[in-house]
Amino acid sequence: MTQLRQMVGTIVEALREIFDESAYSRFLAHHGTSSSPSAYAAFLREQEQIKARRPKCC
Amino acid sequence: MTKSIRVLIWIGIALLGAIALGTIALRRGEQINAMWLVVAAFCTYALGYRFYSKFISAKVLALDARRATPAERLDDGRDFVPTNKWVVFGHHFAAIAGPGPLVGPVLAAQFGYLPGTLWILVGAVFGGCVQDFVILLFSVRRDGKSLTEMARDEIGRVGGFVAYAAVISIIVILLAVASLIVVNALKASPWGVFTIAMTIPIALLMGFYLRHLRPGKVLEVSFLGFVLVMLAIWGGQWVSRNPMIASWFTLTAPALAIIIILYGFAASALPVWLLLAPRDYLSTFVKLGTIALLALGIVALHPTLQMPPLTRFVDGSGPIFAGKIFPFAFITIACGAISGFHSLISSGTTPKLIRRELETRMVGYGAMMCESMVAILATIAACVLSPGTYFAINSPAGVVGQSPDAAASTITGWGFPVSAAGMHSLAQAVGEQTLFNRTGGAPAFAVGMAHIFSSSLGGQAVMAIWYHFAIMFEALFILTVLDAGTRVGRFMVQDALSHLWKPLGRTGWYPSILATSALIVAAWGTFLWQGVKDPLGGINSLWPLFGISNQLLAAVALCVATTIIVKMGKARYSFVTLIPLAWLVAVTFTASWEKMFDSNPRIGFLAHARKLASSPSSHETSRLIFNDRLDAVVTGVLVCMVALVLLESGFLWARVISGRLQARTKESPFVLTQFAVEEQG
Repeated sequence: MTQLRQMVGTIVEALREIFDESAYSRFLAHHGTSSSPSAYAAFLREQEQIKARRPKCC
Repeated sequence: MTKSIRVLIWIGIALLGAIALGTIALRRGEQINAMWLVVAAFCTYALGYRFYSKFISAKVLALDARRATPAERLDDGRDFVPTNKWVVFGHHFAAIAGPGPLVGPVLAAQFGYLPGTLWILVGAVFGGCVQDFVILLFSVRRDGKSLTEMARDEIGRVGGFVAYAAVISIIVILLAVASLIVVNALKASPWGVFTIAMTIPIALLMGFYLRHLRPGKVLEVSFLGFVLVMLAIWGGQWVSRNPMIASWFTLTAPALAIIIILYGFAASALPVWLLLAPRDYLSTFVKLGTIALLALGIVALHPTLQMPPLTRFVDGSGPIFAGKIFPFAFITIACGAISGFHSLISSGTTPKLIRRELETRMVGYGAMMCESMVAILATIAACVLSPGTYFAINSPAGVVGQSPDAAASTITGWGFPVSAAGMHSLAQAVGEQTLFNRTGGAPAFAVGMAHIFSSSLGGQAVMAIWYHFAIMFEALFILTVLDAGTRVGRFMVQDALSHLWKPLGRTGWYPSILATSALIVAAWGTFLWQGVKDPLGGINSLWPLFGISNQLLAAVALCVATTIIVKMGKARYSFVTLIPLAWLVAVTFTASWEKMFDSNPRIGFLAHARKLASSPSSHETSRLIFNDRLDAVVTGVLVCMVALVLLESGFLWARVISGRLQARTKESPFVLTQFAVEEQG
């Protein structure tokens, strides 16, 4: 049961990482702020500089 | 588990793999079950991962569990973040798995299922996986540096410049090819156009929802977007059956090309949160789900392959693209076997997330194995179709004839029976007006996928829904590559132009954004327009050009890797990268030579230009002649650049091995990882 819970937890974490939810959590923790439209806008501005430069493969 | 049991298990896997490969390779004149391909792939990957990647880890790279990675040393909570290995694996796989491994194997199936399958398995285990793994590790040991930076540091200035130029070229050609596939999949398809058009307002809605209603809840909004896309697929059926509304969404190839060019420009110039990021999330959601569904469908249905192991087109007379197995099968299948593009991702975000050096093996080698498995699934999807249907969908009108009867007659004459009436019924079953001449690979893959899905879930009644789901999946996938790629290309052009005039490098300055977006869109738009206007179907010349540039980039990456291995004092193990490098050089240089100078107008660009020049002159022929010459020049320039890197690297290796040069790699200094200290404590 514990192993199953761990596996599901890892899958959810992987999805959160792929979909940038973890990155947003880190951003909030880093800036010591809570989630809000303005905090998310700031996060997206920061991400644009990083993420939009990432190539995606064919 | 005792050692003897482990040995017995591995012997069992090896025997099973050998039997499966033997069945695939040696059966002639009878159809085989697709599960043989799945079993052969599973066993080959298992053996490759367990033994070959282990050998590379231990002997060649000497992975060190005590060495701190840049994610730990430079942890800034943004770019550099120590991350769980499975999470990095998912992140890396999502970035490397694009439409390439789906489309390439479908096109290469014109030779039969055997050449593509063998190349996918051998190429991945000894080439692609090795490239991704070693480049990832070398980047980790250099603070997450990019391929171009490593090429400059380890080979020299020429290496750095060529890597940069190769990256720009491949991005431009990739975007042209990707957009051409979308055009070919959507032309005269009101259902497909409607569904894809709907993804734009859905993405805009997602962007607004994420930014203003539920900030940061990406999984939640992606799920919502997924449901809306499913509704858009359902709605497309209604649109296609309503003559007036269907006419609004029935577009010709040139019209679609113009729309896609405008879309690429908008995606590059608009704020990322508005369109690009939500589409990216939506496509990732659909991508991961569909690949899993396809794998389950194949295992559940275990269909029989209708395609023979080898077709008559191994002689080079193939209708989908001309040229013999060597070198063209190895150019056509890039991403499923080895892709230079992956080296950009292995030296991009992934090395900045790796927590321990040992994890590079699972992430680098393992993720490429999974991508290779996707290519095997695509091969199966193409080969479950009857060969007549497969060739009717994929062959351009310029080769098989303009009318359905002419095309059916030509293809039947090749020994692959197909009838115009049968193709008409199939088109009706999937909700299309016609399936003849739907080149590019995407429609054939969609028909194969719909066949597998409808046989497992829902029956023939829902075949049209599955077909358009597959088309939507591929188009969404490709458009994501297109908009992200245009933006990456724009940044690269801005970086380069900033050396001429500083303000051009400012990513927030709109005159520069508009000018550089226009520049990069014009570059791939030219090739797209050429592909749309080419009477032979466009994909004929553009796909090999894409394959050549992608494999040349892989050659540059393997050159960098070999140089580092030699400089590490491990020249005796350099064969792990040298052998795939030698193979790629042989393949790409031969393909380039044939594409430029072959006397067959269906293969050689210049021969095609000469043939056109001898026909009555018109504005259209002049442009096609110009395009052929442009393709020949682009191919020649790419080959010359890679030859320069090879020469510079070769001289360097000779000097290091002969002791004339004291080798010194540019690794970051060793720092003991805190994780190891914690484990010991």
